[in-house]
Amino acid sequence: MLSLGSGGAKSTKPSFVSYVTPEEIKAEKDPPKKEKHPDLLPGEVEFCSANPILKYSQDDLSQHGVFGTLFCTNFRVTFISDETPQEKTAKTFKNKLYGEKNDIPLMCVDHIYGVYDEKRKLITGGLVKNKYPSKMIIHCKDLRVFQFCLTFTKEEDAKKIFQGIAHHCLEEKSLKCVFAFSYMGTPSPGTDLSFCREMLRKQETIMFDSPEDWTQEMKRTKANCRLVIENKNFELSQRLPKYFVIPLAIGDLFSYQGKGLPIWCWSHYSGCALFKASFPPVTQEDGDFQKHLETMINAVAHNYLYSVKTEDLSESLPNIQDIQQSYNKFKQFFLIENSTDFWLSDVKWFSSLESSGWLDIIRQCLQKAVEVVECLEKDNTNVLITEEEGTDLCCVISSLAQIMLDPYYRTLMGFQSLVQKEWVAGCHAFLDRCNHLHQKDKECHSPVFLLFLECVWQLVQQHSPAFQFSETYLTVLSDSVHVPIFSTFLFNSAHHREGVMKAESPLAQSGPLSCPTVWDWSVQFDSKAQNFFYNPLYSEKVKHEKAVRKPHKPKHQRQLSLPSTAFKTPLKKGFFKDETDSLKKMLQVKRLSRWMGSPDSPAATTREFYESWQHRPVDYHGLLLPCLDGPAVRVWMQRYLRWIPEVYILGGGSVAMTTKLMELLSQVQDLKRVLEQRDTSQAAKIDHRPYIQHRLLSFGSSGRLSSSFPFAYTRNRSFKPIIPTGLMQRLMVTDSLASQEDEASSVASFV
Amino acid sequence: ALLAHIPGKAIWIPDHTHTHRASRESLKMEPLADVAMLPGEERVIDKDIIYICPFNAAVKGKVFITNYRLYFKNTDSTPVTLDVPLGVISRIEKMGGASSRGENSYGLEITCKDMRNLRFALKQEGHSRRDIFEILFKYAFPLSHGMQLFAFLSQEKYEENGWNVYEAMEEYRRQGLPSSEWRVTFINKNYELCDTYPTILVVPYKATEEDLRRVATFRSRCRIPVLSWFHKENHAVIMRCSQPLVGMSGKRNKDDERYLDLIREANGTTKLTIYDARPNVNAVANKATGGGYEGDDAYQNAELVFLDIHNIHVMRESLKKLKDIVYPNVEESHWLSSLESTHWLEHIKLVLSGAIQVADKVSSGSSVVVHCSDGWDRTAQLTSLAMLMLDSFYRTLRGFQVLLEKEWISFGHKFASRIGHGDKNHADQDRSPIFLQFIDCILQNNVRVKTASLWSFVNSDTSLYINPFYTSESSRVLYPVASMRHLELWVTYYIRWNPRIQHQQQSPVEQRYKELLALRDQYLKKLEELQLSDSTHLTNSSTPNAATPNQHITHLQTPF
Repeated sequence: MLSLGSGGAKSTKPSFVSYVTPEEIKAEKDPPKKEKHPDLLPGEVEFCSANPILKYSQDDLSQHGVFGTLFCTNFRVTFISDETPQEKTAKTFKNKLYGEKNDIPLMCVDHIYGVYDEKRKLITGGLVKNKYPSKMIIHCKDLRVFQFCLTFTKEEDAKKIFQGIAHHCLEEKSLKCVFAFSYMGTPSPGTDLSFCREMLRKQETIMFDSPEDWTQEMKRTKANCRLVIENKNFELSQRLPKYFVIPLAIGDLFSYQGKGLPIWCWSHYSGCALFKASFPPVTQEDGDFQKHLETMINAVAHNYLYSVKTEDLSESLPNIQDIQQSYNKFKQFFLIENSTDFWLSDVKWFSSLESSGWLDIIRQCLQKAVEVVECLEKDNTNVLITEEEGTDLCCVISSLAQIMLDPYYRTLMGFQSLVQKEWVAGCHAFLDRCNHLHQKDKECHSPVFLLFLECVWQLVQQHSPAFQFSETYLTVLSDSVHVPIFSTFLFNSAHHREGVMKAESPLAQSGPLSCPTVWDWSVQFDSKAQNFFYNPLYSEKVKHEKAVRKPHKPKHQRQLSLPSTAFKTPLKKGFFKDETDSLKKMLQVKRLSRWMGSPDSPAATTREFYESWQHRPVDYHGLLLPCLDGPAVRVWMQRYLRWIPEVYILGGGSVAMTTKLMELLSQVQDLKRVLEQRDTSQAAKIDHRPYIQHRLLSFGSSGRLSSSFPFAYTRNRSFKPIIPTGLMQRLMVTDSLASQEDEASSVASFV
Repeated sequence: ALLAHIPGKAIWIPDHTHTHRASRESLKMEPLADVAMLPGEERVIDKDIIYICPFNAAVKGKVFITNYRLYFKNTDSTPVTLDVPLGVISRIEKMGGASSRGENSYGLEITCKDMRNLRFALKQEGHSRRDIFEILFKYAFPLSHGMQLFAFLSQEKYEENGWNVYEAMEEYRRQGLPSSEWRVTFINKNYELCDTYPTILVVPYKATEEDLRRVATFRSRCRIPVLSWFHKENHAVIMRCSQPLVGMSGKRNKDDERYLDLIREANGTTKLTIYDARPNVNAVANKATGGGYEGDDAYQNAELVFLDIHNIHVMRESLKKLKDIVYPNVEESHWLSSLESTHWLEHIKLVLSGAIQVADKVSSGSSVVVHCSDGWDRTAQLTSLAMLMLDSFYRTLRGFQVLLEKEWISFGHKFASRIGHGDKNHADQDRSPIFLQFIDCILQNNVRVKTASLWSFVNSDTSLYINPFYTSESSRVLYPVASMRHLELWVTYYIRWNPRIQHQQQSPVEQRYKELLALRDQYLKKLEELQLSDSTHLTNSSTPNAATPNQHITHLQTPF
């Protein structure tokens, strides 16, 4: 590690000037420089590089850093240190594609700032002319922050690398430039065993790209609906999936390009079902279209007991721009460039968190999902959620409702299948929403999928034993969105995907183009690291209960168990019953007001629903509802705090606990296996004791994982604690209490 | 001081009735509705009453008052019970008058020290509340009425005498004391030197008894710097005391100055660090009342650091604000900013970061002196937290009890006046949630029960604190992260009365861990048995074909 001059070290506020000239540095270092190059992925090409570049170490107020070479390839920006790497720390959770310390996939770059004469400027595509900054700050979408000093390298090199990075990371580009189309990675065979398991895992994720997948899903949920195969070649609509399911009562498919067509999401065991539809706002004049919509609503109602409740999500939830804005504010609290900023922002932490509104948006989404669940579960009403496009908030709400209602979606495979069903096959516009191509049109960017993962995290946090997957799994999934290798998040719709893939395949020399899906986790993690995806707290369903979905919850019994107050509410207004004439009227009412609940606010009625659910014993394989009170909705610590050294918990945090549990779990599994072997085969009479002894001894002696990615083991026992700075400036105690004496009266005595 | 100990002890009784009840089932007890009474507990009055539950509607029922508790049970359909030890009651007020209109407007309002208020309504006719009010008032505040606390009336027999948990000499010996630099003194054996200190004190070897007496004249309430904790390897120490009596004129005391220098010399610390827990301005303000802080010129070999922790009054008000946002309803729309405006977590952050600084200094080999004004509130918080970080013994259940006995009870934390046992004066200035704040700082659950677990405050190193996860790593120093990002409200304490917030009896992590441990033991035992039977087969070798005992793996709750 090299320290730069006294300038930075002295002042508490970091200055961006460096007082060491490039010449001095050169003189200090002997030039027997070995050319270092990154280990390129198959298909990865190096664009440009510069040396020496100083990469500031993040965990220091002063201007310390490491010298090395900065590269830009068609996949990533990467930094290779000149120093010989120290003894390798045991990395338990290593990503095979990129390292978290030095690699930034191009798609993961969020913003680049340049520091010109101590002034920080946001670099946009247009600003990249001739002038290059002395310092380049890169904010990543996974919330890492990198700072590089460009002043030590030759001017032309500095210019080249800066322009190269800015060009490849910021300028609008075509989809074909995304690394996925150059990536030649073959699915690594890996070690035999893990490979087999991998194949098994992969097979279990249902992709929902074939009629069979949908038929199977309908069978599983006992849905009584119709599979549409007429869109196989996207003749019906390019915004609809290849295959989808609609209510039986719909006859005419081809009017209005599939707009307003209720798409089946999930069926409740009672028979009622959840549908989603794209509903453009109805103008008064357009009587025909209104009629069309009525027919559609009618068809949904026919699905079960002629009941339907519609909900226009664009009216009752924040729109995608609100979501984007809120997230932009929120993420700033975690893009920490130095310690001073960190401790300054720490003082106003809670109120700034609140002002971003992000947690509130999460709460609203969960709340809405609970409302939908209540309709399905308690009222047994069909539900139709609508939205202009039908592929943003509809996806969020319908997926959340399904996770709350259906324990299958709380398994890892089930969850992946759900994402496939609602989001990937369901035509969520990932490409636009994630802004993979840096389009100028800012309107369409929005972290909708992340919002969904955030909501799921809240559920996982509140009811861990109900989920097979872990917090870490969700974090990694949220990162993978920005790894430009997976086909999963690269397209706007099924039609888009097929178009691109078809067009691309002749170009590719080695047969048809095939990008891996994100679910092929072996591309990123070896099987040991994948163990972190599993939640050791998950209480698996005991086998013999498996087939008892229906008899398990007889409806009347369940209602009897509810406190009587839950039934005092009158029938909801939005609940249509055999009144075709009033449908139209109702529809208009619907559009005028918000969600039609009982006279109370929706929050109040769902609270009642939540309370009655809470009074029942916990069934992790039954209905699951989130608590939405202030203290219950929290910040996803792992995702947001993992890169901030000030809040690292060395050898602690939830990961340390989880690993301890995992260790114990695997021991128990081992023992069980040994016992079972003995049971089945008489031959196996080897003495297992030494092995078991060994295992038991090793237990607990291993190091502890830390809360920061990639969960490195802490072997180093002496470390300096982080002492907050700037504590008191903000804590203003205005009343006179502060100045009072501790002891107002003399020593109290009891005699 | 001695008296302060006993009520201090008594505070545990209210909190643990629930756990005790189960173990006492075998004993014969007069039934109180459906709750067993404690030995020595006597029924005083029963009355029909309406409980105005903030979470449901009004509940009709019967209230029973004993010399220990207030118990309420519903008589109509809604199942509601209340079991409130009288010691928790902070204030009783009459609500409404005989002529008040409106339903349930006439009754009693009871303010509790555990973050809840209880409201009862009575019939307006015939002064129906007079007797219950008087009785409740008398029994809830026995000391104000010349009566004894229930702790003295209780006839409970415990297997273990809890007073023996802490043996000062034994604890000092465990730390490696006395040594060539530190000696044990009995100067205070009759509480003559300082009536709020324990009888056994550890002081620098070179300081004579006469020195100690002279230093005592210069320290508030004679609380001289004495040793709290000794670092076995680098011999650095944590000393605790009260403020020096500097006063407006800036008095100096050569003996005190020399005494502090002896502390410094004991392990060759170049500069002794004095942590004054107070904010700088408060320390200055204290000069007006004769107190103050160690000035630079007087104490040349010491550096003074202010830790900016506010006094008991600020803390009390902060907790009051916190109560307002969590009871009876949790503030909804602006939860986070309301939480911030209470400053409660911010105070906790300050205490924690102060303790981190103390622990860091000591582990780097420098001795420290910690004081505030009197050295029994903030000082106790800081020293005991730092000791928890430094010494893994205190993270065990037993060790934690020792720590409480040592740093809090023996060194005179005024439990009696801070909590106000049996005292009717609810507005007493001396009440303050200092101990609660300390407990919040470590989130301890339940000190008496065997399954108790000590939760770390900031979830950091939880694995070390949770009982089943505890591993003894004696040399390890644990530092929590004192950032608001990691601070959380202790929901299961502060919001425990709200039925909507989920309360898990046991955290799923702990439960799962215990399950797995049991499972492992079971499998191991089975395997051992099998191996044994194998070896007997081999030695006998008479029946080679005999099947191993038909062992069935019992199906467990959690199959894999």
